[in-house]
Amino acid sequence: MSPEFGHVALIVGLCLAVIQSAVPMCGTYFGAPRWMHMGRSLALGHAVFVMLAFISLTAAFLTDDFSVRYVAQHSNSLLPTQYKVSAVWSAHEGSLLLWSLVLALWSAAVAVFSKTLPLVFVARVLSVLGMIAVGFGLFILLTSNPFERTLPFPPMDGSDLNPLLQDIGLILHPPFLYMGYVGLSVPFAFAIAALLGQQFDSAWARWCRPWINIAWVFLTVGITLGSWWAYYELGWGGWWFWDPVENASLMPWLTATALVHSVAATEKRGVFRSWTLLLAIFAFSLSLLGTFLVRSGVLTSVHAFASDPERGEFILLFLCLVIGSSFLLFALRGPAIRSRTGFSGVSRETLLLVNNLILITSTAMILLGTLYPLIADALDWGKISVGPPYFNFFFVPLSLLLLASLGVSVSSRWRHTDPSGLRQKIKLPLIASILLGVLLPVPMASWYDNSGYAPSAAVTLIFTFWVLGASLHDALIKTASGNLMKLPASYWGMLCAHCGIAICALGVGLSTIYGVQRDIRMDLGDSIILAGYRFEFRDIRQFNQPNYVATQAEFAVYVGGVLERTLSPEKRHYHAGGEVMTEAGIDAGLTRDLYVSLGEPLGSSSWSVRVQVKPFVRCIWLGGLLVALGGILATADKRYRRRRSPKQLFTGSSGRASYEK
Amino acid sequence: MHPVRKQRLQWILLILVATSIGIGLVVYTLRQNANYFYTPSQIASGVAPLGVALRAGGMVTKGSLHRIADSLEVSFDVSDGAARLRVHFTGILPDLFAEGQAAVVTGKLDDQSIMRATQVLAKHDENYMPPEVADAMLEAYKRPDERARVDEEPYYEP
Repeated sequence: MSPEFGHVALIVGLCLAVIQSAVPMCGTYFGAPRWMHMGRSLALGHAVFVMLAFISLTAAFLTDDFSVRYVAQHSNSLLPTQYKVSAVWSAHEGSLLLWSLVLALWSAAVAVFSKTLPLVFVARVLSVLGMIAVGFGLFILLTSNPFERTLPFPPMDGSDLNPLLQDIGLILHPPFLYMGYVGLSVPFAFAIAALLGQQFDSAWARWCRPWINIAWVFLTVGITLGSWWAYYELGWGGWWFWDPVENASLMPWLTATALVHSVAATEKRGVFRSWTLLLAIFAFSLSLLGTFLVRSGVLTSVHAFASDPERGEFILLFLCLVIGSSFLLFALRGPAIRSRTGFSGVSRETLLLVNNLILITSTAMILLGTLYPLIADALDWGKISVGPPYFNFFFVPLSLLLLASLGVSVSSRWRHTDPSGLRQKIKLPLIASILLGVLLPVPMASWYDNSGYAPSAAVTLIFTFWVLGASLHDALIKTASGNLMKLPASYWGMLCAHCGIAICALGVGLSTIYGVQRDIRMDLGDSIILAGYRFEFRDIRQFNQPNYVATQAEFAVYVGGVLERTLSPEKRHYHAGGEVMTEAGIDAGLTRDLYVSLGEPLGSSSWSVRVQVKPFVRCIWLGGLLVALGGILATADKRYRRRRSPKQLFTGSSGRASYEK
Repeated sequence: MHPVRKQRLQWILLILVATSIGIGLVVYTLRQNANYFYTPSQIASGVAPLGVALRAGGMVTKGSLHRIADSLEVSFDVSDGAARLRVHFTGILPDLFAEGQAAVVTGKLDDQSIMRATQVLAKHDENYMPPEVADAMLEAYKRPDERARVDEEPYYEP
């Protein structure tokens, strides 16, 4: 398939998106069911053509068609095949095409899995998704066409993919993250459709909930993968840098987390209706803002590659259009939405409100810190960067508050919880977590040859055990009285996700507090003792690979004189771009990682070396995956698969009573 | 006042006070943790404060990189084409750090206007130059009186 074919497919896809954005929507105003029905087939057709465009770009990469400029810039004939495929989304043009493809796939999924929803509603949702697709389609075709050729003199060979990106992480991380980012467009479209139709009740929340959960799961996995990738691939053992682009993914995640919780309250109890709508709009706006920050290159960041200000302006315009129009719509229609039911001060609703408050405060704090350099630059206050201390100062206490409320919320009930019963329920986990948390750092201090008792470790452990203990305690109470299988999947999903958050917090806390790191100069034969492990620099040798030359060192790690592991960190010199890469030598373990990376050669046989022991660092990503698993379990709950007649769903009145327990 | 209204007013006041405390705290912390960027020219002219964490950047001057034997201490110069800044750093330099390439350093200036860096960042893509460095170079290039000196800078020669 020639690149021109892909280009034409993209144009056809855009045309279909234009029709998709207009016709079903008009149909809802003129009451023309045929027009509304067109939405589904248009969405599928759009997906097919964008997919064809994507396939033809992939084909250009696989066949080494260096007359296509994008291929020439980001591939090389020596590149292994799997990286040729992933190189498609390694830079601006291709990642936008991936963005469009993912959006088209989500729209197609809505078209396929919306058979039970009222036609008017589906027509509106698909139209809104079509509008977003038009925006991004225009963006690709006008400012960043990946199919552009450099004729008549194409380069002989490509200038290679950035070696940092030649990794399994690049194959997985962007697609997952984009599935999450773009997936938030579905709840956004549902929210806009609800505002347009002024139909916003528990039924709406129930339709919306699986979509929110799935998008949120993808975003969770995407961020977790990104953090893990940075940890081993950047070569220096950091897993979160408070980099603007990381913040850009964390903000939609925090907002989507708030949305996941508030939509639960809306579904079960019919409360927080307008707030849920607003969160859906916020979450998607933040993911668009993320795209703007990443793609415009306005901020210095590890993700900032060569960029073009014109593209930034286009996304900024699009961002303003989307946010402006959706907030205007909300301002016009929002006040009509009223919650009918109330709740008492001690109830699950109140705790969910607290959860939302904390999550949104965290988002606002990160947003301010991320945009402050931009604001300062625009107002000529100087060129500023905001460092990690700012973010840690706010994020750590807010997270602890969140964990504290999380333990209580598991045992709480909807509408009203008896305070004395609640106190009784949480007493045991509270006492146990405080005892364990205070006592455990005593032996830990000696395990990690740290300087004495670490109060911060006690805090981490107390909060972790508190959430784990309260969750398990609640599960025990609930299973003791009845059949294990009677509890719905969504309950297990909630427990799993909450425990995941606690385990992630444990990893963050303990790896930061007890982690040790040393940058030293080592000659062949030297050793260093760190946290009870003796690292010996044993050997250094060179070997050739198709697209790079590697210098590989060998470090033997001894514990008490016994050989524990051999680590082989590498320094790679890539042929095509002349770049240098650090491949760390890592021995992964649930309770600790041993991490050695080579710096630079300092003379004949001596190197600068970074040696690290990182306790419990794996828990960070294990926790992230548990959170995602929790989301999957919650979505798999059978109540979302229960078939209802479209009429019942439309009025949304029949469902309510049965869902109030 | 009607009790419902009174309660509402109390809530509004509470929210107002809480948000203003929050925003005040955020702004204060932001100012505490914001690192300003200075060009080597600005530092040479004495605009930059001493002993305060800041960032500086430019191109690493060719031939200026020196290592101190038996340690990880290095020194090098960064230049925006008009002035040079001496940087001292102990640690491992990033992979893509090289003479004649852009680098951004974070650290404090000592009383001899030497940058005691705690972090060195290098570009990570052949075509990428940190926006601050690009601006600094452009600004230095625009000033006509310094053009002559720019042309004499050794690393501009092929």
